[in-house]
Amino acid sequence: MDVKIKSMKHEDFKDNEYIDKLVEELNATGASVMVGKFDQLINWGLSNSLWPLCFGTSCCAIEFMSLGAARYDMARFGFEVARNSPRQADYIMVQGTIVHKMAPVLRRLYEQLAEPKYVIACGGCAVSGGPFKNSYCVVTGVDQILPVDVFIPGCPPRPEAMFYGLMQLQRKIKVQKFFGGVNRKEKIQEFFKEHPENEGRMG
Amino acid sequence: MGNIMSDIKNKILEIYPDAQFSEGETLLVTVAQEKDWYPFAKALKETPGLEFDVLTAVVGMDWVESLGVVYYLTSTSRNWEVISVKVSVSDRKDPMIHSVTDLWKVANFQEREVYDFYGIKFINHPDMRRFFLRNDWKGHPLRKDYDANPELNPIPKDDEKNEDDTVSYVEDKDGKVKKVPGKVFEEDEYVVNIGPQHPSTHGVMRFRASVDGETVKKVDVVSGYIHRGIEKLSENLTYPQILHFTDRMDYMSAHQNRHCLCMCIEKAMGVEVPRRAQVIRTMMDELMRISSHLLSFGCTAMDLGATTAFFYGFREREMVLDIFEKTCGARMSMNYNVIGGVIADLHPDFQKDVKELIRIMPDRLKEYHKVFSNNLIAKNRLKNVGHLSKEDAINYAITGPSGRGSNWSCDCRKKHPYAVYAELDFEEVLETGCDSYARYMVRMKEIEQSCKILAQLVDNIPEGEIRAQIPKIIKLPAGNWYQQVEASRGTFGVYIESTGDKTPFRVHFQSPCFNLVGVMNLTCTGYMIADLITIGAALDFVIPDIDR
Repeated sequence: MDVKIKSMKHEDFKDNEYIDKLVEELNATGASVMVGKFDQLINWGLSNSLWPLCFGTSCCAIEFMSLGAARYDMARFGFEVARNSPRQADYIMVQGTIVHKMAPVLRRLYEQLAEPKYVIACGGCAVSGGPFKNSYCVVTGVDQILPVDVFIPGCPPRPEAMFYGLMQLQRKIKVQKFFGGVNRKEKIQEFFKEHPENEGRMG
Repeated sequence: MGNIMSDIKNKILEIYPDAQFSEGETLLVTVAQEKDWYPFAKALKETPGLEFDVLTAVVGMDWVESLGVVYYLTSTSRNWEVISVKVSVSDRKDPMIHSVTDLWKVANFQEREVYDFYGIKFINHPDMRRFFLRNDWKGHPLRKDYDANPELNPIPKDDEKNEDDTVSYVEDKDGKVKKVPGKVFEEDEYVVNIGPQHPSTHGVMRFRASVDGETVKKVDVVSGYIHRGIEKLSENLTYPQILHFTDRMDYMSAHQNRHCLCMCIEKAMGVEVPRRAQVIRTMMDELMRISSHLLSFGCTAMDLGATTAFFYGFREREMVLDIFEKTCGARMSMNYNVIGGVIADLHPDFQKDVKELIRIMPDRLKEYHKVFSNNLIAKNRLKNVGHLSKEDAINYAITGPSGRGSNWSCDCRKKHPYAVYAELDFEEVLETGCDSYARYMVRMKEIEQSCKILAQLVDNIPEGEIRAQIPKIIKLPAGNWYQQVEASRGTFGVYIESTGDKTPFRVHFQSPCFNLVGVMNLTCTGYMIADLITIGAALDFVIPDIDR
């Protein structure tokens, strides 16, 4: 099975090994024809209408605004409209430094996203703490508090780099299993077992 | 210069005979005893002939043997002269200094910042809470004896508590200080929470607004959601390593901020910057200002719900970013200024591109006015909203386009000319409206003035070196320096104190946005809750610049 997305050729991606590995895994576990077809249909829909949550804390957010403006125009690829409410968004793109005071807020926003949901860590700060790594109150990478799907390095990443990351997310969605098997939801639960949240907060 | 200083000295000695002076780059007055500070401050502000009416900067300090504050004061009537006053207390366990909030309102948030960083309590301050860090934070991070063990302050997993309790330390007639609990909001007030993640395009800032119907009664600013501790980080880095932080504070004034820090270090080292570099820096500052005001235009429109105008603003902004990209190699966070000059020479296309930008801008501005400035809805939402009088602007030290929208002439390029601004012909834009619309219009007219400056310089870039020869290891002599520039949003200041080492003893960034957010309560009170976002948009603060 080839993982195809409309906007970029398979051979133009630099890291096809990992997506091939995901395909192998998918083929090894197998699925019935019916369910497989439904999976494909749903993934096609999901990957072409990814709506981001407006979540920018610093510089990267301005580049993300450029992404929304006329020259880069992310609507071309289905990353249509940035939503202000997590209830209406598909993924959260963490743009900028996350500090201690913000960490519980970010986690809550993630919990408010409806399934299926994805996380992109955009920019050096979100990936690892960036230039502020040694600070007393900076979270060194959002992967400490959220299960991250795609990392985009840069300070800030160019709009083209952001597109590359977003298309990687599209490919990842294409190979996910919506029905049956070990799907994403279970993996997320595993992540939260390792990173327990405060009990009773959701109530 | 000497005459003016001795004049100030004599006048200060008249009102406060115990004052000790040390002459550095500005006159530094040391207050002998802490209890003298408040009457002295009052006299400095009110004595005719001195009238230091602007509190420019408040720098908390830890000199190990004592804690204290360095205040920078500016007198508008004395041709914008700056003096600094040093107040210190030796009690490390329970340090207390008298608050000057009732003299200069801008001190309110400034003193809360000092309390947060150093644990210095301000007597008679109305609201002594932390400003950046959570209330459950252990220790005061900028103290030299701060325990940085991450186990003491782990990443919090629980939500922050909404604490309405505050405290103030009130001094009675006998000089005894009493702890008096207070409330931010009363029990029966209806409080609406906005943020930290909210629809306005300015970043993660949280406002708690108490409302009566739809009318705002009080706004409580909760900051610190992007506080990265830049000032503390700087203390462990060498001077060239600190530079990159300035690009990431107010990312819309990256060039100006970095210019300021470079100038401060150059001033301390005594380096002469080549003229070519001075001109290039000036041009980059103005290009940055244009790009910032264009973004501000787009965001103001978007905050009002006019998404189309946002695209117009970004169209021209991309042109400026292209110019940056060709010369500096990046669209944002350019890292272009270095100590002694600039890092790389101009791209061959630079002059051509700048000329093209100047050529198209007047027409594009007309277009903006047609689609947005003269739009009835925009006018209704911006005019007579968010009133800020000139007196308040001075008292709250609101500089930049927002201050000039209140008819306060406060342009640092005119008051303390730097780089090549003294030789240039440009006007300081002033508006008399004192409302959101006036602030917005100042920005639009400043784009014209920036184009005028660029037009004067674009054909007159002198040949020569782009940076001065500087030693590989930079060490500043012992002392302290303060430098200001006019950033896109107001006067940006850098304070450096050095002990002669290759790392600074203390770096403080006095950001214009910090003061801007200080007037949110004042400008929003009495207006509709929906206007809160537009008032914020017209003040145009950048949150990472506030939080640093």
